[in-house]
Amino acid sequence: MERVKLRKTGGEKRKLGIDLKYIPALSAIALFLAAYAIGGILYGERGFLSMRTFATLFTDNAYLGVSAVGMTIVIISGGIDLSVGSVAALSTMMLAYGTEVLRWNSVLMLIVVLLTGMALGAFMGMLIDVFEVPPFISTLIGMFFARGLCFIISIQSITINDPLLRALGKWRIRLPAASRAAAYVNLSVFIFALVLAAGVVIMRCTKFGRGVYAFGGNRASAVLMGLPTRRIQIGIYTFNGFCSALAGVLFAFYTFSGYGRHLYGMELDVISSVVIGGTLLTGGVGYPIGSLFGIMIYSVILKFISFNGSLSSWWTKIAVGVLLLFFIALQRVTVVLVKRSKRELKRKN
Amino acid sequence: MRGNPGTAGVFDKIVSSKLFSSLAALFVILLFNVFLNPGFLSITIVNGHLFGQLIDILNRAVPVMILSIGMTLVIATGGTDLSCGALLALAGATAISLIRGGSAVLNSDTAMPFVLVIAITLAVTTLCGLWNGFLVAKLGIQPIVATLIFMTAGRGIAQLITGARNLTTGYAPFSVIGQGWFLLFPVPIFIAAGVCLVAWYFTRRTAFGLFVEAVGINASAARYSGINSSLIIMAVYAISGFCAGVAGLIYSSGIMCADANNAGLNYELDAILATVLGGTSMMGGRFYLAGSVIGSLIIMALTKSIYAFDVAPESALVVKALVVVIVVLIQSPFFKKRKFRKAGGPELELASDREGGR
Amino acid sequence: MEVPYHNVPKDDVLPKTSNVLLEVFDIEKTFPGVRALKRVNFALSEGEVHSLMGENGAGKSTLIKCLTGVYGFDGGRIVFQGREIRPESPLRAISMGISSVYQEVNLCPNLSVAENIFAGRQPMKGFFIDWKTLEERAAAVLARFDLDIDVRRSLDSYSIAIQQMIAIARALDISSRVLILDEPTSSLDKQEVEKLFEIIRRLRGEGIGIIFITHFLDQVYEISDRITVLRNGELVGTYKTEDLPKIDLVTKMVGKNFEDLAKVSRVRSASPGDVILALEEVSAYQSVENVSLELKRGEVLGFAGLLGSGRTETANLMFGIDRNSGGVVRLKGTAVKLASPREAIRGRIAFCPEDRKRDGIVGELSVRENIILALQARRGVFRFIPLRKQYELASRYIELLGIATPDADKKVNDLSGGNQPKVILARWLATEPEVMLLDEPTRGIDIGAKAEIMKLTLGLCQDGMAIAFISSELDEIVRISDRVIVMRDRAKIGEIEGDGLNQDNILRAIAGGGAK
Repeated sequence: MERVKLRKTGGEKRKLGIDLKYIPALSAIALFLAAYAIGGILYGERGFLSMRTFATLFTDNAYLGVSAVGMTIVIISGGIDLSVGSVAALSTMMLAYGTEVLRWNSVLMLIVVLLTGMALGAFMGMLIDVFEVPPFISTLIGMFFARGLCFIISIQSITINDPLLRALGKWRIRLPAASRAAAYVNLSVFIFALVLAAGVVIMRCTKFGRGVYAFGGNRASAVLMGLPTRRIQIGIYTFNGFCSALAGVLFAFYTFSGYGRHLYGMELDVISSVVIGGTLLTGGVGYPIGSLFGIMIYSVILKFISFNGSLSSWWTKIAVGVLLLFFIALQRVTVVLVKRSKRELKRKN
Repeated sequence: MRGNPGTAGVFDKIVSSKLFSSLAALFVILLFNVFLNPGFLSITIVNGHLFGQLIDILNRAVPVMILSIGMTLVIATGGTDLSCGALLALAGATAISLIRGGSAVLNSDTAMPFVLVIAITLAVTTLCGLWNGFLVAKLGIQPIVATLIFMTAGRGIAQLITGARNLTTGYAPFSVIGQGWFLLFPVPIFIAAGVCLVAWYFTRRTAFGLFVEAVGINASAARYSGINSSLIIMAVYAISGFCAGVAGLIYSSGIMCADANNAGLNYELDAILATVLGGTSMMGGRFYLAGSVIGSLIIMALTKSIYAFDVAPESALVVKALVVVIVVLIQSPFFKKRKFRKAGGPELELASDREGGR
Repeated sequence: MEVPYHNVPKDDVLPKTSNVLLEVFDIEKTFPGVRALKRVNFALSEGEVHSLMGENGAGKSTLIKCLTGVYGFDGGRIVFQGREIRPESPLRAISMGISSVYQEVNLCPNLSVAENIFAGRQPMKGFFIDWKTLEERAAAVLARFDLDIDVRRSLDSYSIAIQQMIAIARALDISSRVLILDEPTSSLDKQEVEKLFEIIRRLRGEGIGIIFITHFLDQVYEISDRITVLRNGELVGTYKTEDLPKIDLVTKMVGKNFEDLAKVSRVRSASPGDVILALEEVSAYQSVENVSLELKRGEVLGFAGLLGSGRTETANLMFGIDRNSGGVVRLKGTAVKLASPREAIRGRIAFCPEDRKRDGIVGELSVRENIILALQARRGVFRFIPLRKQYELASRYIELLGIATPDADKKVNDLSGGNQPKVILARWLATEPEVMLLDEPTRGIDIGAKAEIMKLTLGLCQDGMAIAFISSELDEIVRISDRVIVMRDRAKIGEIEGDGLNQDNILRAIAGGGAK
């Protein structure tokens, strides 16, 4: 008797077909497809749907994607990281200054840059975990610190002439596309793909990743369940520091320069993309793959504007704002629906 | 308390008051400046205007100070307003484009009565704030997320209004707001003082402040007590929008230009910082307007002393970061617990443990 | 009255077949200014259910927290399976075999059931989690509890009762020898409690030692083998359940007789006044169905019924927290729509909510501000009560209700528990209400404070206020009420008044025998 009853409660949400928490991520995918299709209809004859254009969706924004993977993990844990833009800018600056002014080996410099990003991330994670400073404030500190450091290193923009770095930045392979214009994929895209794959695997298949979900779902429980919360939390921000630094490196590959004013406001683009990609800002729910589509939507908006020609770039900001509103409202509705179905469930019990 | 209750008690009370630590920090920074530059404290009168570093700090701190007034109220309800920097830019764009009225050339006239320009500008930003409040209070969206929308889109809209150009104006009355002088002092200082006074009166001589604190501490209990929480929340965001409008007018008048990209960039962060430096907790609850004013002065004095070193202005950020680290660490529960234990007060956990005891 | 406890347990105090599993000797825990545990001894045997009883502040939670490594302890020893241990964190305690399950389920709602059971110790295949094994093993673990559910679904798609069982399953799967259940039954209904007890009995059979904490006396007697009573951080004694009659248990817990409560009896008012608030066939979505009742001046209307029977829901409707979808609410004869607490307050209704911490006190504000809050809210933002008047009001009610505070500017958080309900009462009295709804006003406070609150209630009633009194303590309801509404399954099932007003009749009504 009891058994039957229990099983019944278990199947409650089934009737909706899919778990409600997948809705934001799925709608991001749907929205991307829709936007891409609309672009195809409007600008198809100008090559919107060409392989070349499609490839540039990735090549132009791979650095954002790398950062978005890290940010997704941060947000799933219930945190936020405002420092990503500054840390990335610091990376470009360090890379340029190290190779051009100090004349250090570029490989060594790459390692130093990535380690610096991780160290900054670890420091912020420590502020958050050990000293219980809210993520918002502690990453704000990181943001100020990294940005300020750029200008202490150098006020000027430094051009990168290091042969290895230039070679890496320029390296690309041609895609076997049938269209007239040749499509290329560069190193950034491969690195993005690697980071994304790593993100997916980490979040799905490792204790660390599952710990992040647990932490974002219910912090107190995660502690009581004996999860190594300190290691997880510091790990999250360290990983994101790594992603930010790597994003900076990719941006340097893209622009061949290091400059303190690079990437102002990048954190906004990244956070928006992650939210649009279906990650709940309250923590506990989200997928790196969703963020991929968040970034793609962002890229498509940029493409729209460049294809239209008459639209200014600030339309991007407005469009992102509107999309944010849409997705936040959608998340809100989802949460309400989940709650309602739960209440219903309780009543039926 | 140990010692005699008279002087020691008063001393303890002063030291432990929220304002003391921020005032002390301001004092230390000013002292540091005096060491760097002995002429730091000197104030001279030129043409009936007061000139000097102190006046300059006060004057430059005004936009962030005004933002921090609105931010303080928002934070007191447990929220955050990330959009105020963008709204500041939007205010500048609105005001100057209204003054220009679509004319393509720079002239010294206004296309619309000046009072109307100001009224419309303030109405626009207040409405934007109200929208933030609506999202937070009515739709239950997290404040950071809700205001993120205008933080992103606000500058876009500002650019939409200015046509993505740095619109300038030569209309003289407009310049008074940000550059004028009155009774020895720059006009912005008077405006800031006015905003502070009104804010103080509105929060402490009406029940608004109490309601804001009640909502920030325990929204549910506030509702059960008959407080219209959502109205209060919408009001604080609207006030924050209004403050952004005032700050935007001062800012754009100071440069006589609407710079949608850079006006008030990161000011929301400075305003949050000023509020936290002033002793208001990010968790909401008790708020300290005077503390936020002091906080904004700390930020400006700090920036000022960095400039004395002849480095890039942005390097100030590093020092700012270090100062914030120190302040948040002092305020952090980690050290509070330790301090508490030493002082022999009851332990935090114990209070909840014995909840319900006699 | 004190029954000394011996470190070497006497035969008659221990179940016959048992070995001692966990023993605590002279444990001491001091918080600054308070000795929370004073040389307490305690022993748990294999295969027993041992109830830990005591009023709030007796030291139950502190003892549990010392055992589970949440707190360190200052003196004494803990011996577990013959070895002295000193768990320095919950994690260590769990790995040693001491697990605890709390009232609020300490799992992650967004993870799947299977993951919750294995979080932190997932089976691995190389570097990665072996999901298939994990889910199979989770299903196997749950099978032990007769739980046949989809382990891949997220935890929050199941009811609290099931979540709790999953929590227990998790605890036991981590090779638990000692299971601590802290108020596990508070949010369960009767069936679910039965189910839980079934599992507890089975675990007992498997030799697991179970420490059980609850405030439901009946459940203590139903399930436990022994009872240990603590009071004010001291051990009162350990007893076999059958040797300790209920009344003795309560006496030992409170350390005084019921005299205080006994004084709270009253002459039932012969002629209550006119009807102030009436519900006519009121229903609301997911709340109550077809409830009709009348609240009269100078009368205490008791609400009896189990948790979830619709008592609180009815009060919520009368205070505008929930809106009625059907039926009519009449205030002094006029039909009104109470859409929010504000409107109810305007209609001179006051409400002391059950969860005072969540819905009542504004902890960081001062006593004064808490007291004037509702009155000020009714006056609106701009009709500010002058400070002088605020202090007058505050000191009047501090005196009237005997709130123990050095001054009106003390933070309410710093007051002790018994004073907080009084502050909320003061808040409402300041609004001079005509109807006072009291939802569990005596929960979680000691017996002396309970008596005070009840006397105050009667005093208000004599002054002509209409009072609705909700309590799960039937004894209180019978003592204080003129009439009693009995509720079950979200509906009113009876009304008892006059000579028939006694515990038996109410119980019979709740159990389904019908009133009168």
